[in-house]
Amino acid sequence: MNKSRRNFLKLAGGAAAGLCFGSAGVALASEGAHRGPYVEESPKAFTAKRWAMVVDTRKLKTAEDIQPLVDACHSVHNVPDIPTKQDIKWIWSDTYEHGFPTTENNHLSEDVEHRAFALLCNHCENPPCVRVCPTQATFQRPDGIVMMDFHRCIGCRYCMAGCPFGARSFNFQDPRPFIKKENPEFPTRMRGVVEKCTFCSERLDNGQMPACVEASKGAVLFGDLTDKDSEVRKALRENFTIRRKPSLGTEPGVYYII
Amino acid sequence: MLEKALQGNSRYWGWLGFLVLVIAVCGGFWTFQLQKGLTITGMSRDVSWGFYIAQLTYLVGVAASGVMVVLPYYFHHYQKFKKMVILGEFMAIGAVLMCMLFVVVDLGQPQRMINIILHPTPNSILFWDMLVLNGYLFLNLLVGWVTLQSERMHVHPPKWIYFFVYLSIIWAFSIHTVTAFLYQGLPGRHYFLTAIMAARFLSSAFCAGPAILLLIAFALKRVAGFDPGREAIRSLAKIITYAMCVNVFFFLLEVFTAFYSNIPGHMAPLKYLFVGMQGKTNMVPWMWTFAVLAILSIILLVPPKLRDNPKLLPWSLAILILATWIDKGLGLLIGGFSVTPFETITEYVPTFPELMISLGVYATGALVITILFKVAVGIRRENLDLKAE
Amino acid sequence: MQYGGKIVIGLVIFVGLLLLPTVYDLGAGSAGYKQPKLQMPAPPNDKNCVEDTEWMRKNHMQLLNDWRDWVVRDGKTVYVNSHGEEFEISLQNTCMKCHNDKEQFCDKCHETAEVTPYCWDCHLAPKGAK
Repeated sequence: MNKSRRNFLKLAGGAAAGLCFGSAGVALASEGAHRGPYVEESPKAFTAKRWAMVVDTRKLKTAEDIQPLVDACHSVHNVPDIPTKQDIKWIWSDTYEHGFPTTENNHLSEDVEHRAFALLCNHCENPPCVRVCPTQATFQRPDGIVMMDFHRCIGCRYCMAGCPFGARSFNFQDPRPFIKKENPEFPTRMRGVVEKCTFCSERLDNGQMPACVEASKGAVLFGDLTDKDSEVRKALRENFTIRRKPSLGTEPGVYYII
Repeated sequence: MLEKALQGNSRYWGWLGFLVLVIAVCGGFWTFQLQKGLTITGMSRDVSWGFYIAQLTYLVGVAASGVMVVLPYYFHHYQKFKKMVILGEFMAIGAVLMCMLFVVVDLGQPQRMINIILHPTPNSILFWDMLVLNGYLFLNLLVGWVTLQSERMHVHPPKWIYFFVYLSIIWAFSIHTVTAFLYQGLPGRHYFLTAIMAARFLSSAFCAGPAILLLIAFALKRVAGFDPGREAIRSLAKIITYAMCVNVFFFLLEVFTAFYSNIPGHMAPLKYLFVGMQGKTNMVPWMWTFAVLAILSIILLVPPKLRDNPKLLPWSLAILILATWIDKGLGLLIGGFSVTPFETITEYVPTFPELMISLGVYATGALVITILFKVAVGIRRENLDLKAE
Repeated sequence: MQYGGKIVIGLVIFVGLLLLPTVYDLGAGSAGYKQPKLQMPAPPNDKNCVEDTEWMRKNHMQLLNDWRDWVVRDGKTVYVNSHGEEFEISLQNTCMKCHNDKEQFCDKCHETAEVTPYCWDCHLAPKGAK
């Protein structure tokens, strides 16, 4: 914050200096501090102290149930569809066995054994990926979202080694040829950077719920974990939920109702 | 002093020319990678680090190992290592340089590399690794150059340099410890998450590095008449033997912990490496080769009769180097990543361009080490000639 | 001085090469330079750029640099300019909505100045431009 403030003042100062040389234009900094330039959050923005997600796996039972969420997310974020082991995914469906490997159980109820689980970045409270990133290209916002700054990422892939959930993908190649239909409102990525789910921070900042939440028709809840009246807290109170690999202490922000 | 590198016979220039040619060809492959991206490697979403980072890991060990001659010489005044010390320091320079190059070729966006310095992040071990590697490069350049210059002038090295000598000895341990920390603090990787990782790294470095140094010294003896001295060779071989025994011991500790505790996650990487898992067995022949060679190298090195046999020693050392390289330059990384966070197995095989780029880095290191050794040997010979007169 | 002549010749060549671009610029280079003609937004979008045209011409790169940090790292999505007008901070959804032809706007100067910002490796240029 301090840093951006400094840059911003430099910018304003530059603008003021421009005036001295008689360039046409309206007074910038001299018109009073309240008139700008400055930046602020959108009044529409959804805010929280700690965003969290609850996935109701009783409603999203199969890969087919999850597919609309995947499609919504991947189309809005220009996620490429690469058919190799160098693929990229922000949200995907997998089995209980793969999603929760340390909590495997023999003779699991057939229902759960065959259930599909929507997996995505957990936006951990203690994210190992943020801990290891050497450039702060991945960082944690005050609202708990683990965010990616694609401009800064050097592609060292240390975060991928650090993530215990396999939530991160690397652009081994230029992703654009693999994007079927580009969403002009959102950028793509370039070759050589890591990407992952951002809890739709760009949508939250503009007052929209995450794309997968909207596409889930109520099967995925999203809200503030610190607010005990929030939808997610209500769901957690009333249902038995699990998280992925809780023993690692990363404190995932995605909960699954069984 | 550098002018010594410009005076050499045709064999010397032929070797340099050959290296430059290799670098040029491999540089072509690197350009190809810069254009296409890391998709030309065998790496994948699951195995996101591969041959490059594995070589970095191995070579940090080689760089750190110079301390095995430097420490006895400076801390214990073991004069027999006098001739080897400069070689150890110069080899470290080449090795650190290769480490840095392996990081550069591994980056997805190498042109943004400076971001590590523009946005310093003390909580990232990679940031510290960058610091200690650069520091070690600087220390060895400084110490090597100043001591060699003094030797040429027939004076004692200046007093102030001893500060940097002692610093570089401690620093050597730090570079390999920090490199081990790159791995051993990752919560989701069973094979890496072990407190003994740094110790394992150091022990394997202290056998493999001096072994490489000795092999180079033998080669120098043949091509440049440089003789490190029989006692020096014997002492260093002894150090190598101890370090290799410790290295194998540490590895067996890992095996015990994993299998006696019987925790599936801890057993998985070792099972994958030695017997294969879920039908994936790429690494099995490699790891058994490692096991056999490691034991063989110990059999050949422990009995003094075999160890002190000058005909046999180079072979024993070569076997040891191969064994440690398979363990650390292949098994460590592939074992750690192939068992995915979903407890599935994703195999990794480096591609041809990937191997060529790695060869290019090795050739660059060889070029630097050749030139530095030429300077060192040249100064030695100049002094000998003076004495003869 | 040993090798004196050779050293002097070498120095002259070195300094000459060093100064070549400047000399070229002073002579033929700058004579042939014409300020590129940009396609400005058509009315009604021609009056309300986020800052004044002259200022933008000089500082747009700095502004974009700050914008990206504000929006990506600080979650600030609204830019209030020096006239108190509000804009959404977005290259694709604000700038390029008016400057909707990258080839006729961005590229014109960038090509003349031989700079290749990598914005478009990720950001999508509006329709019509490649």
